[in-house]
Amino acid sequence: MARSAGDAHPAAGEPLLRIESVAKAFGTFRAVDGVSLDIKAGEFFALLGPSGCGKTTLLRMLAGFESPDEGRILLGGKDIAPALPHERPINMMFQNYALFPHLSVRDNIAFGLRRANMARADIATRVAEMVALVKLEGLEKRKPDQLSGGQRQRVALARALARRPQLLLLDEPLAALDKKLRESTQGELMELQRRLGMTFIIVTHDQEEAMTMASRIGVMKSGKLAQVGAPRELYEAPRSRWIAEFVGDINLFDAESRLRDGHRLVIGTRDAGTLVVAEPRQPLGEVKFSVAIRPEKVKLSRRGPVGEAGHEAAINRLDGVIADICYLGGTTTYRVKLDTGGMLQASVINSARLDVDAYSVDQHVVAWFTPDDCVVLPS
Amino acid sequence: MRKVSRLSRFNVASLALGLAFLYLPILILVIYSFNASRLVTVWGGWSLRWYYEFFDDRAMIEASWMSLRVAVASATIATLIGTLAAVALSRGERFRGRTLFSGMLYAPLVMPEVITGLSLLLLFVALNAERGFWTVTIAHTTLTMCFVAVVVQSRLGSLDRSLEEAAMDLGCAPARAFLSVTLPLIAPAIVAGWMLAFTLSLDDLVIASFTTGPGSATLPIRIYSEVRLGVKPEINAICTLVIALIAVVIVLASLASKLSSSRGESAAPL
Repeated sequence: MARSAGDAHPAAGEPLLRIESVAKAFGTFRAVDGVSLDIKAGEFFALLGPSGCGKTTLLRMLAGFESPDEGRILLGGKDIAPALPHERPINMMFQNYALFPHLSVRDNIAFGLRRANMARADIATRVAEMVALVKLEGLEKRKPDQLSGGQRQRVALARALARRPQLLLLDEPLAALDKKLRESTQGELMELQRRLGMTFIIVTHDQEEAMTMASRIGVMKSGKLAQVGAPRELYEAPRSRWIAEFVGDINLFDAESRLRDGHRLVIGTRDAGTLVVAEPRQPLGEVKFSVAIRPEKVKLSRRGPVGEAGHEAAINRLDGVIADICYLGGTTTYRVKLDTGGMLQASVINSARLDVDAYSVDQHVVAWFTPDDCVVLPS
Repeated sequence: MRKVSRLSRFNVASLALGLAFLYLPILILVIYSFNASRLVTVWGGWSLRWYYEFFDDRAMIEASWMSLRVAVASATIATLIGTLAAVALSRGERFRGRTLFSGMLYAPLVMPEVITGLSLLLLFVALNAERGFWTVTIAHTTLTMCFVAVVVQSRLGSLDRSLEEAAMDLGCAPARAFLSVTLPLIAPAIVAGWMLAFTLSLDDLVIASFTTGPGSATLPIRIYSEVRLGVKPEINAICTLVIALIAVVIVLASLASKLSSSRGESAAPL
């Protein structure tokens, strides 16, 4: 193993990385404010949040470029606070890649191995292995400025992986790539992580990217972890209105009154009339709340629900007219002006090539959805 | 950017006038250095006579040798100190009075040379230092180190800090990261700074005349004292040689800084 110091192996069942109420302030600004988080070995974890939420500061504390003001960071059960960046079995892929412009691709990848006093022959083998891993064969002698953006990204990845770190940190690794390349690289990163069985922590502001790649996501907001969970959990069971709006699109209706009806709540809203929703697991208390429904859960029809879906499931029926149409290829998003006054977004899959099912502007439609598709969120 | 339009007649004229104003005297000096005539202002045909004369002039050769030694020594010391100052100011931890220090670094750039020279003379007299090679070298170092610091600091400022962090992340202790990543990248700026310091020292008259002692005149001092007794064509020959030397150094320096900035582009984020 290349490491001289900080070689840590977590006991069975223990998380690889434990972050314990870590806080970091710059002046009076608390960039990271009491974050606690466990990450298991082999996880692909995403730290997601808008810019300035503290996700990069948290990552830099893991790498050792910042030291926490409060709290502890344990890697394999050992506090890594006293270890300097070069003593940690953690490597980082920088947002702008930070490739050494005066070194060739090969020397960039070998840089960390040389510092680890690896034997010459072993370095050559490892570099060749890394070059093959990120498919850069034939470019070993190029300098970074002779590479395309995607190739640079691969060099940065290979360089960070070369030392076989216990934990790989990726700071917005795909932000500089165009959309097509980003999507294919997302797949490659996931495949790589699975194959190497390494633990990845990625920082991103792109919720789609986080949802695609990560097995678990931590959403950060102003220095705090707002919610941690699997992508599906975040999307379907957001814990607050802010998360619901940050992760994907959502329709929100402020509640004005409520009534209990068995396992259902009957909620009066100003913009969408009366809505029936499933009772949330946690009691609501007396806080103000909203009813939230994802656009793709809203069904549209010309005359209301038909067939067996006609009765029980489709209690929530809202009449309205199509206000505008946003055609996205695979789906079409309709904005429906409800007769009750509000606006409702509905996303419909374009399952047929011909537009016989499409609606046109000003057409009258019935929007409907089931109580189980609604989420009640404290606002 | 505005499209480059063709120069108007007025522009051509003002450009020609400006260039003529700057370079015509130098051109005349260079041409007259090849003059065969003993009289400076009378053309007597082409000749290398005054160049031979210069190489036979022991005092002039000694002064040139002195100037070269001072220039090399002071440029080297100034580059060392100036680079360290630049690194401390742009890379070090924020310390109290950092802004003041940066400002003070620039002060010699705008300070009248007479004042710098006089104050150094007073210092050397107070220290009872024997004036000669070392006092001139120290004086030139204080003048030129700030130029070096400015050049190196601007290069450091444009360098991506994450490069050093990446080096540390890959197993370099901070000092090692500086040596293996930062230093190679700022090397062209350091070379350019050295050359700038060298030329500044070579052509300085004022500070040198304040801080030098008897028997160790630099070339500009020697030339100045000769000229006071009347201009000999030999002076033209010496000046032509100095101009040639400085031109070469300046071209090398600008090549070095060009190399430096082209490396900077590749270091910059996409």
